[in-house]
Amino acid sequence: MKTEAESIRTTAWSAGPGCHGGCGVIAFVKDGKLVKIEGDPDHPWNQGRLCARVLAMRQYVQHPKRIRRPLLRKGRRGEGEWEEISWDTAYDLIEERMKRIREEFGPESFIFAMGTGRDIGPWISLLAYSYGSPNVMFALSGNACYSPRIAALETFQGDYCVFDAGQWFEKRYDDPRFVLPRCMIIWGYNIHSTCPDNLFGHWIVDMMKRGTKIIVVDPRLTWFSSRAEVWLRIRPGTDSALAMGLLHVIVNEGLFDKDFLEKWTNGALLIRKDKNVLLREKDLNPYASSQNFCVWDERTKSVAIWDSEKLEFVPSNTVPSISCRVHLRDISGREIECETVWDVFKRRIEEYDPHTVQKITGVPEKEIVRAARYYAKSKPASIHWGVPIDMTPNVTPLCHAIACLWALTGNLDVPGGNVIARFAFDAVAYALPGSEGVIKLKSKEKDLTRIGRDKYGPFQKFIWRCQTDSAFEQIFTEKPYPIKGMWIQACNLLAGIGMDPKKWREALLKLDFVVGVDLFMTPTLMYADIVLPAATFLEKEGIRSWWVPLQCMKRVMRIDDCKSDAEINFELAKRFDPEFKWNSLEELFDDILKPSGIRFSELKERVWVFPPEGHPSHPYLRYEKGLLRKDKKPGFQTPTGKFELYSVLREEWGYEPMPLHEEPPFTPLSRPDLAEEYPLILSTGRRSPVYFHSEHRMIPYLRSIDPDPVVEIHPKTAQKYGIEDGAYVYVENWMGKAKFRARVTPVVPEWMVMATHGWWFPERDPKEPELFGVWESNINLLIPMGQNGKDGLGAPIKHLLCKIYRA
Amino acid sequence: MEGKEIYGMLIDYEYCTGCHTCEVACAQEYDWEEGISGMKVMEIVEKLPNEEYYLVYLPFPTEVCSLCLGRIKKGQEPQCVKHCMAKCLEFGRLEDLMEKMKIKRRTVIFRPR
Ligand code: SF4
Ligand code: SF4
Ligand code: SF4
Repeated sequence: MKTEAESIRTTAWSAGPGCHGGCGVIAFVKDGKLVKIEGDPDHPWNQGRLCARVLAMRQYVQHPKRIRRPLLRKGRRGEGEWEEISWDTAYDLIEERMKRIREEFGPESFIFAMGTGRDIGPWISLLAYSYGSPNVMFALSGNACYSPRIAALETFQGDYCVFDAGQWFEKRYDDPRFVLPRCMIIWGYNIHSTCPDNLFGHWIVDMMKRGTKIIVVDPRLTWFSSRAEVWLRIRPGTDSALAMGLLHVIVNEGLFDKDFLEKWTNGALLIRKDKNVLLREKDLNPYASSQNFCVWDERTKSVAIWDSEKLEFVPSNTVPSISCRVHLRDISGREIECETVWDVFKRRIEEYDPHTVQKITGVPEKEIVRAARYYAKSKPASIHWGVPIDMTPNVTPLCHAIACLWALTGNLDVPGGNVIARFAFDAVAYALPGSEGVIKLKSKEKDLTRIGRDKYGPFQKFIWRCQTDSAFEQIFTEKPYPIKGMWIQACNLLAGIGMDPKKWREALLKLDFVVGVDLFMTPTLMYADIVLPAATFLEKEGIRSWWVPLQCMKRVMRIDDCKSDAEINFELAKRFDPEFKWNSLEELFDDILKPSGIRFSELKERVWVFPPEGHPSHPYLRYEKGLLRKDKKPGFQTPTGKFELYSVLREEWGYEPMPLHEEPPFTPLSRPDLAEEYPLILSTGRRSPVYFHSEHRMIPYLRSIDPDPVVEIHPKTAQKYGIEDGAYVYVENWMGKAKFRARVTPVVPEWMVMATHGWWFPERDPKEPELFGVWESNINLLIPMGQNGKDGLGAPIKHLLCKIYRA
Repeated sequence: MEGKEIYGMLIDYEYCTGCHTCEVACAQEYDWEEGISGMKVMEIVEKLPNEEYYLVYLPFPTEVCSLCLGRIKKGQEPQCVKHCMAKCLEFGRLEDLMEKMKIKRRTVIFRPR
């Protein structure tokens, strides 16, 4: 008798596609096997569509090389000898070893390393915090993916924001509250690939079909740049100069929203010129608050106070001057000259006239002017940025400049603009920028030993991971305390996320105890002592509240002994924490979901739920409605309650409080000496639609589409070096070299090559020295660690120098 | 078979982003081994005057594309059309597709084997 496959509706969120998820899918399962997977046509997120990676799930979930049982290492690390063990044995061994380390060296000596967030963050934090360690590590140099952008926006505008594609509404583009953006700036983002940042890339295509025009910032010819009104072909690493140039045009031509400037920014605050810092009420009155600031009252021609707590002027009928130069007396009676933030801000952007910006960025002056006018005159308009923003040491000032663009053009949290994104229903699982979450350390004191916390401001307020480069260094220096073990979950340090990966290998060898959790054996896990088999999204229960809607994952099948990351970490966390407060994973889910008023059992029935009108996680214009701040006052969650053109926190941390451009460490401009030997700009990380970072190389459907590691070289450059299309070449610099197949194509400029990232060869010998071929085509061999911004964020991953030659 | 003579696929290559979904959607449906699919997505970097370039992707129906006529009979869409990320594929009667082509530039109609 023919049995029908059962169809189950769930959400695609790693592991599987590897992305940051959100697609509604229908899985067809028969006799415990996945027979087919389709997009859910009723789901507002993807409306039936799916990427190649989900459609290849059958080959993924039932892959013969999946790790199916816990493994215990036999022989030396890297020898690849494993023994299958039971979960109980694995848990016992892990508990015993990790407790010993905790007793001897303290819980902070154990690091919990993860790759890109997805459905790992909460569970790795749960385990680390139950064990007592604050050292959760997102293993990328400079934590340079998403958290710098989020932390930056928390710093100046109190909340993160994303482009509006009507994703807040069940009916999407047809919802009457949604307005189609007339223009979008797409800043370093390649659509026909992954869906980063908890967004669906093709939403932009949907909007282009409906009439949205685009401006593109990208050194490569992309699908987008081919279709752009203006294409700003930038030299990598100079984005901050470009953003300043756009501001220059918009401000000087009066194309900004004066009303927003005066009402919602801190442009009227006074800066004292002697010290170049904000004038605080305390400077005038010793008994006053240091968190109150000063403005010049046009009406009384005297100083008035901005009370940052009450969010009002004293006197209340103050008419603050947005532009003035005044002389005041401080407490000691000394005369001090003051100017408004806006005047100083304007003078800063004066340094970035289009001509100067052309010289820095390589973008023609007239294109800069055209783009600025086009963007500023299109209402509404939005900007969407990609990870290249994080992948530069100047990330925070860069974010600041771009945020000033959407704020000053009046596009913040308006329909069709840059809309504030909060977790659906404010249901937050774990500590992220701006939110604490249900899963947290037992006490604030426990956080004090977190690596990088003392050194870097944002790590005290917004970022709750350790600073990766400092952690890396500490493994070798053992100062201020030794690192003894590492829990590595969904993180391929040697092939994907680790810069200077040979050094990471040394780091792993130095550790006493390493546990790896993953779906396939990787070069990284060859250095683990115990490996645990993780589940795909089809084999797990889970919740997803990144932006909207609130979603759930349902288990539709099981593969041997594989368990979800949540299950694994939950079961171990219980062993480490005698006061562990949840009896089941479902109880923990319910706890996280509490702010939504929906229980996990109900969510499983509904699959997705949108926050209603009036909820802080539902748009628009929340700063006007008092929906952003805890005190419910109109304004932003910043120290001044305003969008900060001048950042109070950055000033307090000792960083540059206003946007500016700083040349990255290894460019032809900053290092002409290196550029002599390495004349080409090396950029990395262009996306393939069939891979997510270092994943999927073992999936036949996907690998057959994009079989080799490639480096893109312009035809003229290729000719110069005698390289034909398809030939093997070395890309080399002072750090190391890697071998790629040349793809000779005009999509890259003559002066730059683009090397793909994340390459290893699952089909090759896992053992040392071959190690799945991880040292052959690994572009990270050319990228250093420890080259971060002053605030510990960002890294030069997309703009180094190299030479190329035939292999 | 009658169906093959009147059906075709309209492709709006202005919007195809080269995501390869159509290829894998077809491979999954018909259980093709890797490398075989009813669609093959091509990347074309067009050189234009004044050192300009234009990047297009074009999904090309191969010898194994059956236009999913079996699915059509069951009232379903072709798998590639259903999943296309850019919604740039349309299945239909040639006459109907011709009408659509009249109002949309940068399109082709394919009638596979
Ligand atoms: S990559 Fe995009 S299309 Fe694929 S599952 Fe993730 S969100 Fe969906
Ligand atoms: S129409 Fe059907 S058979 Fe043809 S390519 Fe699309 S999915 Fe494959
Ligand atoms: S699925 Fe659609 S957008 Fe993607 S490659 Fe195929 S035709 Fe193009």
